[in-house]
Amino acid sequence: MAAHAHAEEHGLHPPAANQSSRVDARLLGIYLFIASEVMLFGSFFTAYFFARVVNGPGEWPPPPYELPVYLALLNTCILVSSSFTMHWALQSIKRNHRAGLIGGLALTFMLGLTFILIQAREYTRLGFAPSDNAFASTFYGLTGLHGLHVFVGLNLLLYALIRSIRGHYSSEPHAHLGVELPGIYWHFVDVMWIVVYTTVYVI
Amino acid sequence: MRNPLRTEAEAFGFVLVAAACFCALALAAALGGARVAAAAFLALALGIGVGVFMRSEPRRREPAVWEREPDDGRRRILVVAGEALEAEPLRDEVLRRVEGQDAEVLVVAPGLERDGRWSADGDEARSAAAGRVDEAVAALRNAGVDASGTVGDADALRAVREALRTFRADEVVISAELPR
Repeated sequence: MAAHAHAEEHGLHPPAANQSSRVDARLLGIYLFIASEVMLFGSFFTAYFFARVVNGPGEWPPPPYELPVYLALLNTCILVSSSFTMHWALQSIKRNHRAGLIGGLALTFMLGLTFILIQAREYTRLGFAPSDNAFASTFYGLTGLHGLHVFVGLNLLLYALIRSIRGHYSSEPHAHLGVELPGIYWHFVDVMWIVVYTTVYVI
Repeated sequence: MRNPLRTEAEAFGFVLVAAACFCALALAAALGGARVAAAAFLALALGIGVGVFMRSEPRRREPAVWEREPDDGRRRILVVAGEALEAEPLRDEVLRRVEGQDAEVLVVAPGLERDGRWSADGDEARSAAAGRVDEAVAALRNAGVDASGTVGDADALRAVREALRTFRADEVVISAELPR
């Protein structure tokens, strides 16, 4: 202890780590992660559109396949609602309102879980398998990739929820980054679903 | 351009914009078919592009050192120390110009390779420039001139421009051949 104080006094301690970016390293990490995710989804979209173009100007999805557009619309509404609850959770902790944070995270988790359960149920009733043809492969590929992201997001939310119940977050600027980062990720997953839904189910 | 995902609140705004775009496209497709939807998509893309451009913060011009700092009556000379620097002629030239005046000299040697900063060549150029700075500053200080020095960009014009951001020079002296 005394040796440490002595080192501090004489500037013998290691220098502070150099940070070349003005962006917080954890925030920069989530940006890079999301950028890589955009590229990953981009490759799946490319495969989807390739299959669609190769299919020709005929009907899409190719008969006899049909997609449950309205069930997916319901799922879209559920997922978009979860963005509102996520935003509410973060706004609550910024005002030091812990119950709002816990409630918002719990609701977001429940909505996300509902989404993934509905999607799993949809898969069991579609009547086609990923190995059937190019349409089926790209459909399961895109929606499955998104579902996987929702699953990852649910894990992040559960972790944030447990930490919030234990009282780990506060309104201090960097004391709720553990909610902010999953929040950014969750909104990204929502935006991706809107794009996936529009592309796969609507257009 | 500002990152639209800087905070959770901005990411949430992104969700709202995406949802609104989806609703507009779905409505356009339902009312007018694929062509109207395509036109709506183009209009939305254009609108978002214009909106992002309008919201982007204009680049503010950094005020020049002459605007930031008042003239204190001191004569300041910026010396660009090129590869062919000879300390004694430079010292004589500077002494001739500051004779009898309260003066300050800043020596800048071009040598920082921005593009090749990872290469050994860049290190050699930088250490050579640092050597020229030390030599010139020592010669000037020995002659009683208030001198300091720094290694600047490998591009001499850029090195001068960067030095002039902080050093209120009345005069710029360039020593012989400059590296390109």
